[in-house]
Parts: sequence; C-alpha cells; structure tokens
Amino acid sequence: MTQTEIITTQTPRHQKSPEDVSPRDESSGTVLEVENLHVEFRTRDGVAKAVNGVSFDLRPGETLAVLGESGSGKSVTAQAIMGILDTPPGFVTQGSVRFHGTELLTLPEKERRRYRGEKISMIFQDALSSLNPVYSVGFQIGEMFRVHRGASRRDAKEKAIELMDRVHIPAARQRVNDYPHQFSGGMRQRIMIAIALALDPEIIIADEPTTALDVTVQAQVMQLLADLQAESKMGLILITHDLGVVADVADKIAVMYAGRLIEQAPALDLYASPAHPYTERLLAAIPRVDLKGQELYTIKGIPPNLTDIPDGCSFHPRCPYAEKPICYEQVPALEDVSDGRRSACHFWKETLDGSLANR
Amino acid sequence: MEASRTDEPVLEIRGLVKHFPLTKGILFKKQVGAVRAVDGIDMKLYKGETLGLVGESGCGKSTTARLLMRLDEPTEGQILFHGEDIAQLSGKELKAVRRNIQIVLQDPYSSLNPRMTVGDIVGEPFQIHKDVAPKGSRRKMVQELLEVVGLNPEHIHRYPHQFSGGQRQRIGIARGLALRPEIIICDEPVSALDVSVQAQVINLFEKLQDEFGLSYVFIAHDLSVVRHICDRVSVMYLGKVVETGDEEQIYERPTHPYTQALLSAVPVPDPMVRGHRDQIMLEGDVPSPANPPSGCRFRTRCWKAQSVCAQQEPELIVREALDHPSACHFAAVRQVIDTRILI
Amino acid sequence: MPEPSTTLIKPEDVAGSPLSSGVAADTGRITKPRSLWSDAWHDLRRNPMFIVSAALILLLIIIAAIPGLFTSIDPKFCQLSHYNGGAAPGHPFGFDRQGCDIYSRVIYGARASVTVGILVTSGVVIIGGVIGALAAFYGGWLDSLLSRVTDVFFAIPLLLGAIVFLQAFPYRNIWTVVAAIMLLGWPSVARIMRGAVISVKESDFVTAARALGASDMRILTRHILPNAIAPVIVVATISLGLFIVLEATLSFLGIGLPDTTVSWGGDINAAQSSLRSAPHVLVYPSVALSITVLAFMLLGDAVRDALDPKLR
Repeated sequence: MTQTEIITTQTPRHQKSPEDVSPRDESSGTVLEVENLHVEFRTRDGVAKAVNGVSFDLRPGETLAVLGESGSGKSVTAQAIMGILDTPPGFVTQGSVRFHGTELLTLPEKERRRYRGEKISMIFQDALSSLNPVYSVGFQIGEMFRVHRGASRRDAKEKAIELMDRVHIPAARQRVNDYPHQFSGGMRQRIMIAIALALDPEIIIADEPTTALDVTVQAQVMQLLADLQAESKMGLILITHDLGVVADVADKIAVMYAGRLIEQAPALDLYASPAHPYTERLLAAIPRVDLKGQELYTIKGIPPNLTDIPDGCSFHPRCPYAEKPICYEQVPALEDVSDGRRSACHFWKETLDGSLANR
Repeated sequence: MEASRTDEPVLEIRGLVKHFPLTKGILFKKQVGAVRAVDGIDMKLYKGETLGLVGESGCGKSTTARLLMRLDEPTEGQILFHGEDIAQLSGKELKAVRRNIQIVLQDPYSSLNPRMTVGDIVGEPFQIHKDVAPKGSRRKMVQELLEVVGLNPEHIHRYPHQFSGGQRQRIGIARGLALRPEIIICDEPVSALDVSVQAQVINLFEKLQDEFGLSYVFIAHDLSVVRHICDRVSVMYLGKVVETGDEEQIYERPTHPYTQALLSAVPVPDPMVRGHRDQIMLEGDVPSPANPPSGCRFRTRCWKAQSVCAQQEPELIVREALDHPSACHFAAVRQVIDTRILI
Repeated sequence: MPEPSTTLIKPEDVAGSPLSSGVAADTGRITKPRSLWSDAWHDLRRNPMFIVSAALILLLIIIAAIPGLFTSIDPKFCQLSHYNGGAAPGHPFGFDRQGCDIYSRVIYGARASVTVGILVTSGVVIIGGVIGALAAFYGGWLDSLLSRVTDVFFAIPLLLGAIVFLQAFPYRNIWTVVAAIMLLGWPSVARIMRGAVISVKESDFVTAARALGASDMRILTRHILPNAIAPVIVVATISLGLFIVLEATLSFLGIGLPDTTVSWGGDINAAQSSLRSAPHVLVYPSVALSITVLAFMLLGDAVRDALDPKLR
C-alpha cells in the first residue's frame, strides 16, 4: 500500500497527519521559487520597505504557510508573486520569482496574465468584496473559461456548475444564477475557491481565507482545501496570522517579521522547538483551547513602522534576549539550522536548545 | 449542579427577547415578519467574575450586548441590575444606570472619534456625568486612567490615528473605566488585534478585574481566548442559550452537540494533534433567524436529531446524570478536547 | 512545545514603558499631536492649486471690502463724452456705454458678487445642513417628511425658480436676491449632509457615546457633525462659485440687483449692444466674473482632495 492509501483508510477525510508532513516527491523539482524578493512602497511619508529579501520555494502538493502579523509583509509578498501589486506606490526593487524555472517578474503583462489564474491563482479574505455583486456567481466562475479558454457561454456555465459541485455547494444547478449576496460567508468563500480552481492551477495562494469566517465554517473550508489539494497535487501557499490553522494544515512554515523571513521550518519542528525568539514568544502569547492554568506571555511593544525599520535585527527592540552590540547593529543572516530549517537570529543555537532564557 | 453561589448576581437576565421587525411598504410600513435575534435567554453574572458568551455569527450575542447596554430596547424580558429591572428604563434613570454598566467595543479603529483628542475621549464620561468628578480634577483623573491601562499620560493631546490598534483598544478601555462601573460588557474586544497585542490586552483585562473588582460579560467567537479569561460560559445558537456552565464543564465535559461541534472546530496550535482529534463537521448553513426551525433550532445540522427534536423545544435545564444545564433532548458528555493542565 | 520556564518574561506591566507609549516613541521620532484637520491643512498648503485660488480669493475679498485701495475713481461718475472709449491714462480698461470707468466698475462690482456669494452659501449651509442632519439623525417619519420636502425643492430648476420668485417682489435689493437663491439652493447641501450623517451615525464611536449616556444634542454636535462636515464644506466651496454666477445671471436678465448697484452682471447686460463695436466693455467684467468663479471652483477641488481620506 502506498502512503496515501494508508491514510485514507484510517481517517475518513483526508487529514495531513504528522507522518506525511514532509512533501511528497511526486515530480522532481520545485514549482515555485522566490529568491531575495524586495518590495517598497513609496508614500508621501517616506519609503516603506514592505518586503526585504524573502526567499522560499514550493514543491508540488506542498503546503507552505506564511505566518506573520500585520505589517510583516506577507500579503505584499503574495501580491508580488501574483503580479497584482499596486504600482505605484508599490515597486518590486529586487529579486526573482520563478515558476518552473520561468522568471515571472520580467515578463510583459500580457504573458504574466496567462500565468495568473491558469497556473497560479489566489483567494482572498473577504469573499463579499472580492466577488462582483452585480454578476451571478455562475457568470463569474464561467468567466475564467470564457476569457482564458475561449469557451462558449453555455459551456462555461456547465463548467461553473461542475466546479460548484466540486466545492460542495448544494443544489449547484439551481443556484448557479444566484448573486453573491444570496450566499452565506462560507459559501461565498467556496465560490472564490471555485473560481481559483477553475483552470486547474498548480498553485493556489490563499490570503487569510478563513479569518472572516466562523470557526465551524473555517474548519469546513480548510478541509475543502485539503481535499482539493490531495486530489490534484496542487501547491498551497497559506498566508495567515492564525497559529492554530497553520498547525492543522502546513507542511512547512515561513515566519515573517518586518518584511523579512526570520524563520523557516517544517511544521512539527517549528512548534516543538522554535529557533527564533519571535516565534518562541509568539507561541507563548497565544491562548490555547486545550491548556488550563495558562499564563499569557506578552511581546512588549509593537511591530515597527515600515518606513523606519530598526537597525540591526528588526526585532531587537522587542526581543527580551537582545544583546548589545550585535543585535542592535548587525542584521542577522538567514542561516541553515538543519535540513529544511533556517533562522535569522544571532542566537538561534541558544534559542533552539533553550539556553537563551538562562543567559 | 452548576457551581452555586450564595450571593446575589449583580446582573440577571430573564426571558430576554429582541425581535427586529421586517417591514414592507414605502410610506406606511407593514410588518411581515421578524428577525428573532434573541429569543428568550436567561443569564446570571456574579460579582468579580467573567461570564463568556460564545457563538457564531447570527447567534445573537452582539444583540444581547446591545440590549444589556440598553442601546436597544428589549421586546420582552427583564434585565435585573442588583434586582432592579432596567429593561424599560429611560431618561434620567437610564443615564444613572449607565454609570454602572459600560462597554468596550471590537474595532479599535472606529470606536474612537477621530476628531477628538485622547484626553477628550477618555474625559467625555466626566462631561456627561458631571457629578462624578469636579471640573478641576478631571484632567488628573484622565491621566490616571491612561496610566492604569498602560499608556503614557503625556499623550493626552494626541489623536487616535497616532496610536496603534492595541493602544487604541486601551484608550477604549480607559473610557469604559472612567465612571468606575461595576460591570463591563466586552464585545469582541481582542478579535481585531494582532496575536502579540491580544495577549497584552487580555492581561490588562485580568489585571483591571483584580484591581477594581469588575464583572465582565465577555463576548467572543474565539474559544481559546474565552477559555483563558472566563469563569463561566454560555453558548448561544440562533438566539437561544444552548448550554451554560463553568469553564471546566463546558470545555472538558460539553454535553450539547453544538458546543461539541464548536469545540472540535477550534484549531489547536500543535501539529502533533493532527489526525488525532475528534473532528465534528457540521453540514449546511445556519438557518435564517427570521425563520428558525421548529422545536430545537439546531436539529437541521445535528447528527443526533430525532422526531422529538422537531416537535418539542428542549429547555435549558440540568439533565439526568449531568452537572450543568443543556438544551438538548439527548445531551451527553463527549470529550472533544484533550486538556493538559499546566502547573 | 517547551513549557514556559519561570525565567522568561512575565505578563508585562507595560505602564510607563517607553515602548508602549505612542507610535512615535518606537521609532525615536518625536511627533506633535496631529488632528485630521491639521493633516488636511498640511496637504492644502502644498497644493499649488490651493495657493493660487486662495490668493485670488483673498485679493477678491480685499477688493470687495476696500475698493478704495484699488481705485480712486467713482464708478458712478460717468461722462457721456467718453462713450465706449478705449484705454486712456488713468483708465486702463476704458469706458463703457455711459462713459463710466470700466476698471473702477469692475473693482466695485466685486463687492456685490462676493457679498451675495458668501451670504447665500452661509444661508444654504445652515438651512440645508440642519434639515439634512435632523432628517438623517432621527430617521423615521421625520426623515420621510424632510426628504420629500427636499426633493420638491430640488426639482425646481434653480435659475427659473429664482426668476419667478424675484418677479413676485416689487422691490429689488441684495436681500431679495440672496433669499431667492438661498430658497432653491439648500436641497443639494441637505442631501449631502443627510448622506454624511447617515454613514457617521452607524460608527462605533457614536455607539460608545450613547453607551456613556450622551444626549442626542451632544452626539450630534460633538460626534456626528465634525465627522460629517467635510463633504458639506467641499460642496459649499464649489457652490459658492455657482451662486456668484447665478447672481450675475439674474442681474444680466435685469431682475437681480437694481441698476443703482454696481454689479458685473448688470454691466455685462449693458454691454451686449456694443459687443461688435467696443468689445472691451463686455470683456472686462466677464473676465472678472470668470476668474472669480474659477478661483472658487479650484479652491473647492483642492479642499476636496485634502479632505478625502481615500486619496491620502
């Protein structure tokens, strides 16, 4: 029996159990490579350095969670990858985004559009404002086929119904002509997923897809994404601030702070033994539904203003272990901790083995 | 038996109902139905405790908050503050009651008037209730309040947009504290904040409760936060309370199917529990509150539903062999969360 | 996950901590308190359109207030011998049909236009503002009633209505003209104010004020109006220009300000017949009128840009 079959007999719905956390090597090589990405926003108040040298890659069927709070640069990274950055005021000043080896950032817009939707697609946080209120959902889903594949309106509609079934919207045929406001929040999110899935993309980028949803609906939507991923070996980049959601679905996690990737690790490792003080502090700050007698440890201060990022390690003003002069002056490089793990901290070794607190 | 207290509750709700009429017509409106946002709930809040009110969108918890604050008038029912019914009060008497029950709102970005300074915002309660603080001492009291919530009192002349989200929420809390209320209704006070900032504000709430002997009604959809801060919890669904108990009873021995489904859906930040959790997936959507199902409102999504569920609405009572009230004909303990206890 | 050890940072008491006190402290920069109005003013000051139009308007107001500063010639001193005369020393704009000095009449004419403009705008803002605010704040039947009244007045075409109104009055003076325009000009302001108040009414801070026990008056004046006034200011500034044109039109038609008052509209009317032979008689008052209206339009644009939060 292959790995996949074992899992489906044990758990009726596809669950990414800890055993298959490491990405399956379905086809060799990576689908997406992001290297040293830099994005700036030129505003009247100064230049906001939203993304400062982010690099990661994604393999087929893998789920990468990009974790960060507001101002960390995670959404901007996604927009830069998709090529939907608001320019101006946003500018990609450096870096490369390669899809199966093809550089996307330098492509002319016409070419870029072919990738958007067909190869890489995106779903957003608020389905109500992402869907056009004056067109029926069938029309909007079908639009993908009409525009990219030149399908006729009837064919497009049939495809739309098929997709609505696939994302488990009940009575799809009857509801294909309904408008977005006639659906509940969870259903609207499924419609967005249907649109994103339409052309069988290889990667879906989900930007806070469940933040606006109730927790039971959130569970349904995340399950749907997991099922779809299993079916089509799609890569998923999940952008979120929710450590709970990430723990459920991610294979590997990239933690961002002030526009930089400060830690990357496989999911199990990150939670079990973080290698960066920010990650460690973050984990200690979240209330957990399964712990009793918990004390919440706070991270003092607030995330930095992106027009004025602190010198040295951008986290140093809030880091309880920051040491002069190194943390105040030297930007820590993203070093390899072990296979698949990286950390941008001068003291990652001490963080890892827990000796940092005792210094 | 629910942990019984011998003292009187500071706040008690009996049979609270709020229906929003649905009308048709241009000039002369005719009522064609009603959104039954809150459809008969009972609750008790004791001194110094935090009562959590949880539920998903459409369950009526926000409406309940507004009713408690008398921002809306209840259609029926009683709200007893120290035994006195405030549900139908108005005018001067209502204003007097407001000194004792205050609110902290969810959105730090819209809950402060952008055109007022922080000092004015926190000082406004003193201007409205002139007898609380004599004119000369108001400024000092505002500065003290800012300090108590962890802000620099010298920033009294700044405007809200010059502060971060977490700081604005603190300003809102300072405003709520100004009149030294007994009860503070917290309507999703940390939902809009970043994770690292949430912890600061949660700790602040706890500190203030200890220092000032406050009682909180804490409304939230994040069950992890609720577990952390609340002593007792009531779970709402479609305008009704379906289960109520203390924190341990609800989280470790939930008896109502909805509570169990809700708890099972809460993500746990620990990849080790993957595949080992009791995950209950609810089918379908929440029914419309304008047209709730007959009998038990949860029956359309419940895996235990039988014909009696459609015929008879289950009461919120303590059922056989259980230790806290539950509104289900087939209430039974199902441990959904594997709790670890920290020493 | 490692159990939090006792040597880690405890739940922090952040009172007084420099890192908790204001965004600015974190970045090391000291910032002054900045209200939204001062932010808008800061933007306005840098907008060339604002600077130009504000300077022009300031000039106009001075001209209207103290015409004697700009000319010593009496605008009503007319010598027929100078009929339609061209420019002469001391008379840069020449003479009109009656032999009056055009330059002096242009200077003195500003007073009528500016006065009517300011009076009408103030009146319109007060009437329209109050009606719109009350309708939106109280809603219900009051809103229905006031909105229908607004609609009725809105439907009456401004110019036509003003003409009819003025025809009914035996005396013509500045007050009747002001009243005529005001009577029909308030609906647009009322609508804008109503829309603005409706959207602000739902804000959380208004809810918070109610929760504190604030009276309706307090909520309206301290919370709602300051946040709803911005679009009204924009509309008022732009409308000022329109009201000035309207007054000129009415005077042109002969039913506005009386002939005894020096006004641009009246002069334009008088200059019609000499358009071919002596165009300068028409040109100068017309250009003065156009520049004035343009100045207010530009000011309105600049103010709208500065007050529009989305454009920030």
